[in-house]
Parts: sequence; C-alpha cells; structure tokens
Amino acid sequence: MSPSLLLHRLLQLLPVLLGVTVIVFGMMSLTPGDPAETMLANQNATPAQIATLRHDMGLDRSLPVRFASFLTHAVQGDFGQSLFHHRPVAAVIAERLPATVELSAAALLFSLLLAIPLGVIAAVHRGGLLDRLATVGSLFGVSLPGFWFGILLLLVFAVDFRLLPVSGAIDYASQPPTITGFLILDSLLALRLDSLGNALAHLLLPAITLGLPMAAILMRVTRASMLEVLRQDYITFAEAKGLSRARILGLHALKNALLPTITVAAIETGSLLGGNMVVETVFGWPGLGRLVVESIFARNYPLVQAAVLLYALTYVLVNFCADLLYTVLNPRVRM
Amino acid sequence: MKRLLPGRLAQAAALTVLAFVLLAACAPLVAPHDPADTDLFRRLQPPAWMVNGDWSYPLGCDALGRDILSRIIYGAQVSIFIGVVVVLIATVIGVMAGLAAGYLRGWVDRVISGLVDILLGFPYLIFAVGLMAMMGPGVLNMVLALAYKEWVVPCRVVRGETLAARETEYVEAARAIGASGLTIMLGEILPNILSPVIVVATVRIAQVIILEASLSFLGLGVQPPTASWGSMVADGRAFILDAWWVSTFPGLAILLLVLSINVASQAVRDALDPRLHD
Repeated sequence: MSPSLLLHRLLQLLPVLLGVTVIVFGMMSLTPGDPAETMLANQNATPAQIATLRHDMGLDRSLPVRFASFLTHAVQGDFGQSLFHHRPVAAVIAERLPATVELSAAALLFSLLLAIPLGVIAAVHRGGLLDRLATVGSLFGVSLPGFWFGILLLLVFAVDFRLLPVSGAIDYASQPPTITGFLILDSLLALRLDSLGNALAHLLLPAITLGLPMAAILMRVTRASMLEVLRQDYITFAEAKGLSRARILGLHALKNALLPTITVAAIETGSLLGGNMVVETVFGWPGLGRLVVESIFARNYPLVQAAVLLYALTYVLVNFCADLLYTVLNPRVRM
Repeated sequence: MKRLLPGRLAQAAALTVLAFVLLAACAPLVAPHDPADTDLFRRLQPPAWMVNGDWSYPLGCDALGRDILSRIIYGAQVSIFIGVVVVLIATVIGVMAGLAAGYLRGWVDRVISGLVDILLGFPYLIFAVGLMAMMGPGVLNMVLALAYKEWVVPCRVVRGETLAARETEYVEAARAIGASGLTIMLGEILPNILSPVIVVATVRIAQVIILEASLSFLGLGVQPPTASWGSMVADGRAFILDAWWVSTFPGLAILLLVLSINVASQAVRDALDPRLHD
C-alpha cells in the first residue's frame, strides 16, 4: 500500500474519531438531568455540596468550553478522578483492562477456530448432513442470549459436574506475580504451570459464551465465501492440474475465502466488546465490562464516559486496521 | 402465505412467533396468575413435574413466590413491544434518511453518511448502555436508546438501493415528466426497494429483543416489578445452586422467540429476494 493511500485513510478516520468523542460527551452533557445532582442523590447532599461538585466537574461552564476541556484532557489520557475509587479514572481502567483484553482475545480465538473449519466443511459438503447441522447450529448461535447461555454453562459445568470454577479469573492461591497484568502471560513468564492451568480453567466458559455468537456469524460468512470461491475458474484449473483436494482447499481457496471473514470479524468485535459487560457480569470476571456496569450503579459518570469512549475508539481502530489488512491482502482493491 | 413461507420449519417458526404475539396480547386472559402476586410460602417452588411441584404453577415460582409462567407471558409484552416499536421508528427514520442521502446526494448525503459512520463507531450494546446510564432506566428511555442507533441499519440499506435506483429508466422517466423529488423518492423509488427493507426489519426485531433482554439483565432496562425476560434471568442468577428453573425458563422463551423470528425471516428473505440465496 502506498503511503499516500495510508495517509488518506488516516485523514478519513479523523472526523469519525472526533464525532465519536462529541457523542460520548453529549451522552453525559445533553441528556436531561444534572449529573452532579444524580451522583449525590442518595447521600443527603446540601445544595452547597452539589454546587461544589458541579464546579469541580466543570458543569457550571458553557457547553463549548466544557467540550474543549474534555477533549484536551482526553487526548492526554486524563478523564478526571474516579468518584468512587478516589483515583484517576485512567488508572482504574488500566488496572481492569488486561482481564478484558485476555477474555476478548480468547473469545476471538475460540470463534475463529470453531468457525473457519466448520464453514469450510459446510461449504465443501454443501447440502449434506454436516452442512445442515452447521446451519442449524449457527441459527442457534445468533439467537442465544449470551447472558443466559453463560448461566446454563455454569449450571452444567460448574454446579452439576464441578469441573470448572464458578467465577473470577484466577484462584487467590494460584495468583502469579504481576509482571504485565495479563494472567496467562504472567503465568508463562513466571513459569507457573499451576497458575496457567487455573487461569485457563477460569477462562474457558466465559470465552465460549462470548465467542459463540461471533462463531455462528463467521461460520456462515466463511461458508458463503468458500462456496463463491469454489465456483471460480482458478479452482477448476487447479483441479485440472491434478492438485490434491487438501492443497486446493487449504492453499488456493481458503486464502481468498477468508477475506470476507476478516472484515466481518472486525465488525463483530463490536459484539465482543459489548458482550464483555454481560459475560463479565455473569462470570464475575474482574474486567472493564463489569467495572462499567458497577460504575453505572455507583453513578460514577466520569468512569462510564471514559470507558464508553475507550470501547468506541477501540472498535473504530479495529475496523480501520481490518480495512487496511483487507486492502493489503486483496490485490483487486489495492489501487 | 405458501409463497412466503415454504417448508415446514419456516411455517412452524411463523406459528411460534404468532403464538408469542397472541400470548402477549391476551396476557391478562391467558396468564394463570397475577405476575406480581408474591407469596413467600411458594418461594422457589419447583416446576410441576418435580417433587413439591404443583400443576397450578407449572413452571415453578421465583424467589418472591411469583408464578414464572405468568411472568413469562407478561414478559413477552415487553420484549415484543420494544422489538417492534424500536424497529418501526428506526425503519421510518432510516428510510427517510436513506432516501434523502441516496437521491439528493451532495451535502445531504455527506451529513447523513457522516452521522452513520460515527454511530457505526460504537459497539451497539456499549452505545445503549452509555445512554441508559445517563438517561436512567425505563421502557421509554430504552426505546430511545436503541432507536438512536438502530436507524443506521435501514438507512444504509435504503441509501445503497436508492443510489442504484436513481439511475434506472423509470426514475429517469418520472423526472422527465416533471415529478418533484419528493414524489420520485416516495412514489417511485420507495415501493421498488421495499423488500430488502422488510427483510432487514424482521431480522432486526430479533436482534433488538436480545439487546433489550441484555439491558434488562444488566439492570438498566425495564424496572421491577414489571416482568421482563432479561431481568427474570438476572433474578435467578443468585439461585442457580438450588433453583435452576428461575433463570432457565425465561431464557428459553427468549431463545425460542428469537430463533423463530430468525428462521421465519430467513424464509421471507429467500422468498422476497432471490438474489440473496446462499
């Protein structure tokens, strides 16, 4: 890809990033009700105390001034003080982020490992039993409410069979020394196999719950694009050359069939990020999603605002990167 | 009907959806009990076929002794109402915006498409949760929070279809006889692009129902004592060790309704839009 195209794409990204920031700011500033008043609603605050908080949060200034201040601070990673923790919002979020990243990565990995082989098999045996099973399975996958499926998994594997832990990310006794904050990485770095096993056991059910709806969608996309690719002339040509079936599928077909899968996977990270809140709540996972839900009920608005912005920016950037990757991989759009 | 829904599976799915709609509409007549009627003597009473079960409370009772079946029937009202109303509002707004952007082009298109791009920058549930956090819970706020983002979906479909339609001969002909832009958009283009709009709307109802249930599960949606499937699943979470039925049945209801809508809408899609096969 040429540097000028990259620059062009980056410039297109700017208005979206700015717009997202405006909306996150507007969520807190333009909705009815006074945040300072709602935050202190259950604490018998005097009007003077409310006025002080209003002043501290800058709510007594004009809207454009507040936005400018929000933007300049946000660019520097400063989202103010977390009202509940009495620490900077950014620090509280940074502490919870590794658990969420680990869970999302595991869910993504699970869904790709499930969806791609199933999609290929369904396409190759089109109309057969496996294809129909996979199609029905994917319909179930997109129709399952994640929070309920998670509870069912807990019921079966943690309560009835007692195979896996009920909640949390790791047992206290297995906690590896904190190096990066990522439990699995830290376990590996410290060569603690017991910690690694324990962390993986905790990770399994939440990752499946989070990844399953995505797997259902990716399976269908992979199947459809694989069918499309198998109709192409170059596949017939490869067959005529006498290449083995495995070589044709693995080398020639899959490489091109995976392009739409990448795009859709990027779009579906949105459901991973949103699903975090639900799945972390079900499994007591100590990540950002649960922190956001807790903060909403604690009326810790600065933290909610910062987290929503972080989620949105992550989503925009993931899609941007997928777009670039698509351009690099697909010569037809590389202009 | 035959043409729209070929296959036994699709017909069964359509009948299931219809059954849910009827149950919701006639909830006061068909529900065996008042969904808010509490009785601690019936606390966590198991379903009828289990030991200590009672056929007048077929699916058992929750932690406050309320009849789970009756609450599921009333919960259908919330799910279906929010699913239909949100998609309806979103479709009307999305069609208008999509037609305007696709037909008028120019700055109208730039403004609308820019807004669409920005809203697409938010993961759906995050956006809804952020808004609900600031607006507070409740049915009306939930409809607003979901509709603010949902219109983007039909808008993109309509814009794309309109861009293609505006170059066709029938639009050209309408322009030639001096029809106004509004007449062309609503009278000529809209009727011709209606099938993808309907297909998208039916699928989206299923997704909005899951989103509503997720918000209610998190405690941000419908507030107690109103029965909602999502909050019923959440209520049962504390008792999964000794009362699996409290969470299981409402979740099953969500799965059954959403699955039926998805199966039925796939059949509708195949019938209305042969281009989309496979």
